[in-house]
Amino acid sequence: MNQRVSPWKLLLTNPITALSAAVLVVVAVIVVGAGALAPYGINDIDVPNALQGPGLTHWFGTDELGRDVLSRVLVAIQASMRIAVISVTFAAVVGVAIGLLAGYRGGWLDSVLMRVVDVMFAFPVLLLALAIVAILGPGVTTTTLAIGIVFTPIFARVARASTLSVRTEPYVAVSRTMGTGDGYILGHHVLPNISGPLIVQTSLSLAFATLSEAALSFLGLGIQPPQPSLGRMIFDSQGFVTMAWWMAVFPGAAIFVIVLAFNLLGDGLRDVLDPKQRTLIEARRAGRGR
Amino acid sequence: MSAPVLDVTDLRVRIGNREIVGGVSLSVAREQTLGIVGESGSGKSMTALAATGLLDAPGAVVTGSAVLAGTPQTQLVGASARVLRGVHGGRIGFVFQDPGTSLNPLLTLERQITESLEAHRGSTRRGARSRALELLEAVGLPDPSARLHSYPHQLSGGQRQRVMIAIALACDPELLIADEPTTALDVTTQAQIIDLVRELQRDFGTAVVWISHDLGVIGQVADQVTVLQAGEAVEQAPVLDVFDHPRQPYTRELLDARPLIGADGPPPVEEAPVLLDVAGLDVTFTAETPRGRSDVRAVQDLSFRIRRGTTLGLVGESGSGKSTVAAALTALVRPAAGTATLDGIDVADRSMRRRISMVFQDPFSSLNPRRTVAAAIAEPLRVHRLADGKRGRAARVGELLELVGLTPEFASRYPHELSGGQRQRVSIARAVAVEPDLLILDESTASLDVSVQDRVLDLLAELQRELGLTYLFIAHDLAVVQRMSHDVLVLRDGRAVEYRSAAELFAHPDADYTRALLAAVPPARPRGAGAA
Repeated sequence: MNQRVSPWKLLLTNPITALSAAVLVVVAVIVVGAGALAPYGINDIDVPNALQGPGLTHWFGTDELGRDVLSRVLVAIQASMRIAVISVTFAAVVGVAIGLLAGYRGGWLDSVLMRVVDVMFAFPVLLLALAIVAILGPGVTTTTLAIGIVFTPIFARVARASTLSVRTEPYVAVSRTMGTGDGYILGHHVLPNISGPLIVQTSLSLAFATLSEAALSFLGLGIQPPQPSLGRMIFDSQGFVTMAWWMAVFPGAAIFVIVLAFNLLGDGLRDVLDPKQRTLIEARRAGRGR
Repeated sequence: MSAPVLDVTDLRVRIGNREIVGGVSLSVAREQTLGIVGESGSGKSMTALAATGLLDAPGAVVTGSAVLAGTPQTQLVGASARVLRGVHGGRIGFVFQDPGTSLNPLLTLERQITESLEAHRGSTRRGARSRALELLEAVGLPDPSARLHSYPHQLSGGQRQRVMIAIALACDPELLIADEPTTALDVTTQAQIIDLVRELQRDFGTAVVWISHDLGVIGQVADQVTVLQAGEAVEQAPVLDVFDHPRQPYTRELLDARPLIGADGPPPVEEAPVLLDVAGLDVTFTAETPRGRSDVRAVQDLSFRIRRGTTLGLVGESGSGKSTVAAALTALVRPAAGTATLDGIDVADRSMRRRISMVFQDPFSSLNPRRTVAAAIAEPLRVHRLADGKRGRAARVGELLELVGLTPEFASRYPHELSGGQRQRVSIARAVAVEPDLLILDESTASLDVSVQDRVLDLLAELQRELGLTYLFIAHDLAVVQRMSHDVLVLRDGRAVEYRSAAELFAHPDADYTRALLAAVPPARPRGAGAA
């Protein structure tokens, strides 16, 4: 009965989670090997074959300059994901550190840190991006920085709120009576117990970061042409929607599928990382087996 | 005997393919009290909730019959939500264990009491209010007209439970279900609530179903007793028969587990040196009130000594400052004045974190839910570098588990997979891992079932003998204290009321307060047995 199944194996027993994990594995493969996977160069202009529908030579069709949409989508996913992952990692690390410190220490430090976070929170992502563009000029760095900064306060708040409740738990008091240092308490008691909401927040943020990146590129503030980006591709397709639906649909579908997969994976992760839920899932599996 | 108010036959509850309640039949008549007794997980609450249509567990299937007499006669098993709404609050009143969470913190007492009156009786606002006033008076709340506008947080635990009873009785129900209504309360408050319910039962003629894990309490309230074990009614008899001629070994076990005044104390310890010396301890908290800051003196001028290898019982009700003493000794709070030294060294010294350890009250929240038992027990070993590497720690964890009567397989389990008693054993193993000189037990058995408490107390006594441990045993239950302690200190409002050797104190209690505490412990014989 005590034969433990690893959380990762359990994760895959949920069909929806398994499907989203599979989608994200494909996305990861694309991120690593977009250049090799793309059947054509991203800027191979072929005007005689412009605006061709999806077919055997061009699976996702071609755009108004005859460029292969599939190749451009693949490379755009790579760029998008790079921005999303880097910016969310930045936001998570900085935000959780701020939240942990504020929630655990409390007092004036909490007040100061959280007011700073409030100010950051009040900044609209587009305005912030514009401000950074004014300094750095449009591009990948600008987008990453803007998204990272905008998402930091969300992580800080989630981490602080959970830390506040965990800090007063008796098992933390027990640990203190044993003479345990703050570092050990934060690492072994607080962090594991606030990880559930944080993981969910991370996957949600990855989804929203993908969307934000698309929006910034759509407005021309993000990835610059001739580099392809999902947002920019949708922008470019506007004039051709009636005659070449594939120009908008495939980049749009890519965004949709990625965002959805991150969201669903987050839910599955939360369940298997909580020992209580894990026992429940194990019990349910055992019940089905009988 | 008159016709039963509630008649339950062959009640079964299944969740998935597990049967939680297996064919229980019981009945309770007007002005009678049925006591349902059993350990946690025996299906007590499940039975009462299923019988009254209040069971709200996903996938639970209830079969059998539960008929509420009166006009109209109502079958409660499988009744529609509409029928149940008419019955709950109107014809059946409920009182639950936790008075802290069963009142809505955002509503005044008046609103909470008049709610069901307006819903079931169609009372006017004014009529409902005068009834609410009557009820608060009936349940013995001081200054009821001012209390109407109070919010729950302005009341003590005992007062909240009185309000819960007032709400339950608002519509003059035929049946009152009381699910462990006194378990979260102090013994003196428990005694008052028991008296209150009996008195109200006489006045209102209500039938009562009282659920408890403590046969001592059941003996004080019940006329008939149903003993539940693993969802089966193993014994059903009048209360006197259950106490005098228990037919089942399980009933016998529950009877023996009751903490009773007059139990033998621990073996005496000859001439031992003083280990802990507390002199003139003062702890003050700053409280923020609407009228500004004020200082609350939680502990005032407290002095006591504990000799090595002995137990000092620290007794008091909630709010008496007992836990503050523990917090001061473990450096969780700083005393405003006074000294506390262990072997001459101040307890705030860092080296003391190894020599003083503590077991907390709540076995559910004092273990980190995300860490295994092994990690919990190994924590003090890691912090104080007491074992060599991973393997040394694992070996020591195994030893400690065996010491507290658990098998080494428990090491890989998570807290939620353990029962309350098992968790408390893990907490004890964690506390003794550092081989402390002083072990502080802060109500460590108060939230356990009596039968589990009994076994944990045995374990603690055994550990004291084997390891020569010194205990500060904090509790509100004098019977438990008598069994564990060499000396006893009675604490009230932060001051020592009485501080003497246990034998003297229990033979001739000096202070009125000590006598009141003693009187509140449920006696060995049920109430109906007379003076015999």
